[in-house]
Amino acid sequence: MKRLPNWCWPAIVLAAVLIFNLVLTPGFFHLEIRDGRIYGSLIDILNRAAPVGLLSLGMTLVIATGGVDLSVGAIMAIAGAVAAGLIARPSETPFAGGAPSLGLAAPLALVAALFCGVFNGVLVAILEFQPIVATLLLMVAGRGAAQLLANGQIVTFNAPGFAMLARGATLGLPNPVWLLLIALLVFNLGTRATALGLFVEATGSNPTAAKVVGIDARKVKLVAYALSGLCAGLAGLVITADIQAADANNSGLYLELDAILAVAVGGTALSGGRFSLVGSLVGALLMQALTTTILTRGVTPETTLMLKAAVVVLVCLLQEPKFRESFKRRVRA
Amino acid sequence: MNRTHLKERLPVLITTSVFVVMTLAAGLHFPNFLTLRVLGNLLADNAFLGVVAVGLTFVILTGGIDLSVGSMVGLSSIMAAKLVSSAHIHPLLALAAPLAFGAFIGWVHGILISKYGLPPFLVTLAGLFFCRGVALRISHESLQIDHPFFNALTGWSLSLPGKASITVPTVVFILTIAVGMWLAKQTTFGRTVYAIGGNAASARLMGLPVSRTLVLTYMLSGLCSGLGGALFTIYTSSGNAISGTGLELDAIAAVVIGGTLLSGGYGSVFGTLLGIGILGVVQTAITFQGTLSSWWTRIVIGSLLLAFMLVQKGIESAANRSRST
Repeated sequence: MKRLPNWCWPAIVLAAVLIFNLVLTPGFFHLEIRDGRIYGSLIDILNRAAPVGLLSLGMTLVIATGGVDLSVGAIMAIAGAVAAGLIARPSETPFAGGAPSLGLAAPLALVAALFCGVFNGVLVAILEFQPIVATLLLMVAGRGAAQLLANGQIVTFNAPGFAMLARGATLGLPNPVWLLLIALLVFNLGTRATALGLFVEATGSNPTAAKVVGIDARKVKLVAYALSGLCAGLAGLVITADIQAADANNSGLYLELDAILAVAVGGTALSGGRFSLVGSLVGALLMQALTTTILTRGVTPETTLMLKAAVVVLVCLLQEPKFRESFKRRVRA
Repeated sequence: MNRTHLKERLPVLITTSVFVVMTLAAGLHFPNFLTLRVLGNLLADNAFLGVVAVGLTFVILTGGIDLSVGSMVGLSSIMAAKLVSSAHIHPLLALAAPLAFGAFIGWVHGILISKYGLPPFLVTLAGLFFCRGVALRISHESLQIDHPFFNALTGWSLSLPGKASITVPTVVFILTIAVGMWLAKQTTFGRTVYAIGGNAASARLMGLPVSRTLVLTYMLSGLCSGLGGALFTIYTSSGNAISGTGLELDAIAAVVIGGTLLSGGYGSVFGTLLGIGILGVVQTAITFQGTLSSWWTRIVIGSLLLAFMLVQKGIESAANRSRST
C-alpha cells in the first residue's frame, strides 16, 4: 500500500472539526460576497490562521534541523514596535523631515526581525548553545527591547496604506491569506526545488552523517533560524497592521506554542529530520478552526490554552514509538 | 589545576567575584546601597524567585529544563487567593493546596519525560500554557486576601538593627536554600541527580534509579514553584493569575549565573543563591538609579545571562582542550 503523506492525519481531523460545525453551528458554512470580497466563518479561519501559518513555515525548518525557536512571539513584538514607531513618530526616527516612512516601515521591520533570527542562528549554530535556551534569551529579553522601542506604550497609528496589508482584499480573498499562500509557495520552491530541503533534513536526522557527506550544518541552521525570524517579522507586521497598533506586551504572546503545535500536528517530528511545510499549514488551520469553534460555542478563551496544551502533549505522545508500544501492549493484554 | 576542578569551581568563583564587584560598585555609586535594610529588602523581594530557582537548579543539574515555573507561580497565587476568599478555607491549607498541585504537575512532567522520552522543553512548555490557562480560568481579576491569620503572616517581621527586617518569605527562602544544599550534597537523591546530568546512560548502567529520580526532580521543581507562588501571595497579599509571567527566564538566569552548567552535571544550590543575589543587585541598582525604566531589568538580565553562557562555553572548550593534550 502506498504510504499516505504525513499531512493527511491533521487534514482528517480538520475535516472532522469542520463537519462538527456543519452539523452543530448554523451558518458556519455560509459565504457571501460583499464589495467584491468573500465573507464567512471559513474565510475568517483562513484569515486568522495567517500569522500562525507564517510562523509555522519558519518553525518547520528550525524544528527539522533538530532545534526549536521560542522567540518568534517576541520577534513579532519587535517587528511591530519598529513598524509602528516609524509610522507613528516619523519625527523621532533617523528619517525625519518628510521621509516616506510608510514605505520604509515594513522593510525596516523585516530587517529587524531578520537580525533577531540571525542572532538566534549565531547562538545555536556557531556558539552551539541549546536551541531552547538560546531562543529563550530573546523570548524574554526581546519583549524588553520591544518595550524600549515603543517607549513602554502601546503605539497607535493611522495609516490606511499599511492597514491594507491585513484588512484589504485581493480577488475576494483577504490579503493575509495571499501573503500566506505566497510564502508557502516560496518556501516550498526554495526547499524542494533546491537542495536546501535535503540539507535541512540531513542535518536534523543525523548530524554526523550530514557532516560526513560534506553538509555544513552550521550554515543550514543559521539559514533556518534567520528564515524563522523573517517569518515572525511578517506575522508581526500582519498583526500590527490589523489592529493599527503595536502592543509590546501582548503582540504574539503565546503564539510560539501555536506554531510549534502546528508543526508537530502537521507531521514533522520534533526530534528533527523529515518535514512537511503543507502539513504545518494544515496544522495551523486546524489550530485556528479549533479556536474559532471554541469561541463560536461560547466557551471562554482560557479553555483554548488548556486544550491546546493537552493536544500538543497527545500528538507528541502518539508520535513517540515508546508510547505506541506500551499502548499496544496494554490493548493486547 | 585539575580539569574537573576547573570546570566545577571556576564558574562559582567568577559568580562570587561578579557579585562582590557589583555590590561594591553599587555601594560606591549609591551611598545608601550597602545597608542592612537594602540587603534585607533584596532578600525579601526575591524570596519567591529564589525558591523557584532552587527547584529549577535540580532540574537543570539533570540536564533538563522546566519552563512551567512562571505560570505555576501565577496559578499557585490565584489558587490560594481563591480558596481563602471564596471557599473560606484556612490560609494555611489554602497555601498548601497549590504546593500539592505543583508537585502533581511536576509528577506529570516527570512521567512524560522519563517514561515516554518526550523532550523536557516541550512537555514543560505545554505545562506553562496549561497552568496559565487554569489560572486564568480560576479568575481573571486580581483577588485581595483578607483574613486575620493571613494578615498576621504578611505583617510578621523580625526587626534587625538599621531599620532592617526579616519577613516570612525571607525565612522560607533561607530554609529552602539550606534544604536544597543538603539534598544536593548529602543525599543519595542528590548524587543520582548529578550522575544523571553527567551521563544518563552510564547512570542507568550503574543501576541508579534514573526514571524515578527524574520524576522526583520535576516534582521537586513543581513543589518549589508552588511554594514560590505561595510566597508571592504572602508578599503581595493578593492573588493574580498573570503573576510570574516571564519568571522562567529570571529563574534560569539565576541558576546559570550561579555557575550551574545547562548541559547538566555541574553546579550547586549555593551558586543559585549567588545568582539570585546578582539579579537582586541589578534590580535594586536600577530602582536606585530612578530614571531607567523597569524593562531595562529584562534587557540587563538577558545580557548577563548571555555573558555567563559565553563564559561557560569558554570554560568547557578550555577543559576539552586540556583533556586532548
